[in-house]
Amino acid sequence: MIDRRSLPRRMLEVELPVLAIVIFALGPYVWMVLTSLKSNADIAAFPVRYLPSEVTLQHYRMLFEKTSFGGNLVNSLIVASGAVALGLSVSLPAAYAFSRFRFFGRTLLMTQFLVINMFPIVLIIIPLFVLMRQIGLLDTFLGIILGHSTFAIPFSVWMLTSYLNAIPRDLDEAATIDGASRMQTLTKVLLPVVMPGIVTTAIYIFVTSWNEYLFAMMLSGQNVRTVTVALQLFIGEFTVLWGLLTAGGTLIALPVTLLFLLIQRRLVGGLTAGAVKS
Amino acid sequence: MTAARRTEALTPYAFLLPAMLVTLAVILLPVAQTVWMSLHDFVLFRPRNVPFVGLGNFVKIAQDETFWISLGNSVWWIGLVVSGQFLLGLVAALLLNQSFWWRGLARALIIIPWTLPSVIIGLVWTWMFDFNIGVINDLMLRLGLIAKPVAWLASPGTAFYAVVLALIWQGFPFFAVTILAGLQTIPDEQYEAAEIDGATRWQRLRFVVLPAIADVIVTALLLRTIWVANSLDVILVMTGGGPGLETHTLPLYAFLKAYAGMQFGYAGALALVLTFILLGVVIAYVRRQARELAR
Repeated sequence: MIDRRSLPRRMLEVELPVLAIVIFALGPYVWMVLTSLKSNADIAAFPVRYLPSEVTLQHYRMLFEKTSFGGNLVNSLIVASGAVALGLSVSLPAAYAFSRFRFFGRTLLMTQFLVINMFPIVLIIIPLFVLMRQIGLLDTFLGIILGHSTFAIPFSVWMLTSYLNAIPRDLDEAATIDGASRMQTLTKVLLPVVMPGIVTTAIYIFVTSWNEYLFAMMLSGQNVRTVTVALQLFIGEFTVLWGLLTAGGTLIALPVTLLFLLIQRRLVGGLTAGAVKS
Repeated sequence: MTAARRTEALTPYAFLLPAMLVTLAVILLPVAQTVWMSLHDFVLFRPRNVPFVGLGNFVKIAQDETFWISLGNSVWWIGLVVSGQFLLGLVAALLLNQSFWWRGLARALIIIPWTLPSVIIGLVWTWMFDFNIGVINDLMLRLGLIAKPVAWLASPGTAFYAVVLALIWQGFPFFAVTILAGLQTIPDEQYEAAEIDGATRWQRLRFVVLPAIADVIVTALLLRTIWVANSLDVILVMTGGGPGLETHTLPLYAFLKAYAGMQFGYAGALALVLTFILLGVVIAYVRRQARELAR
């Protein structure tokens, strides 16, 4: 669209409102990072001192020296990687079946994966706790990873199916004529082409699992506590230590923000593909 | 049927098997278990004594005042959060569809709240709403909007709206990017034709833009309604449902009954009631998405 508005008018009608929205979006985030870099005296000042009088890393040091946060970071890394591994390894073959085969029950099964993604978490989490308790999976990595697969699998199946659908079938047929089996077609021919889609899906699962709180809290104890659960416990434990809490928050949020910004274009494309079909 | 053809017919099911097995174990089995629990008086620390109560739990729910308060809060909660996210997202999308030199940067930056875990959203907003040294009290005092500090999260009149604001902040980027993607499918010629016909900017929005993105908006609204109706973690972190029952929503009430009260049978029944209430929205959403399957 050609914009015929004059420069000052465009600034007033477009750029200023956008700036206001960006400030609203980033403000709380920036405030968290700023707080984590302030001394306790600066944090406790009221009226609020907006910029730190000195930048300090004392809260980060305390976080690693005095609390279990380092170990919690490792736990979260293991859980999120496990969720990616489990999610992708079972979802990719399923997506291949949905994309390349027409079989009895296809629509029903695909709908099923969509519907279970809409189930209230409380509907699943309450009995899952009871089940895992019975088979001894509470407070294990496998337990939380399985809990996270409740959202990772349905989501990846849908996302990967749409990525595979975008690849022309001629490619499969050429491979079949060359004598490739189904498995070889999937691993040797399709996999390389759909790799960007797989990476996007993997990052999305990783971020969702890293961010997840309810399953991780319900299914973990002392052993495999993740960062989100640990941070929430700190909120109860160190109520007024906002420097420590925001330092923890910053360390959880930063890697995720970077990953998201890295894939945001493709991710938005993948997530909205269903809603926006021209 | 020959052996080879039978193998060919079974191939897709073989590829689906791993995903189906895991789904069966972690979703379908638990849901069945919830149904079973909801029909029993199942309390976690009393595992040997689980009397069958039929629909007793559901009868109790109908007479439970906390349930009705939570349901009312949920309706308010969904209405305010979803419409707030939608309106702000729509405005953001319309603005970000204009051209200006830092548009790419702005589009990337406004997604950030959406990437944050609920615990951090709860933490950051709790910190900003802090009674003694919070930045919101400070800003509003400086601007003269309030005369003395307000205990936002502890006062009956404000706690609910404070949590609503946090959720609007977290979710508006979803609407912004979804609607923006819809706006980008409108060809330039349509705007130009409208302009030649002498349409004002408001008329272009009303008769060109909104009809073109109506489909996207409905899908996004349905999806978001389901999501917001189910979400409880930010409330849990910020207020834990209080003060009193001010910020109790239905999923939170079910969760607290199980987590704090250990009454898994009753909590399971509450979760089922929530599911049934949402069923209509879920069906509407799934039917729209199912059109995709036909391809």
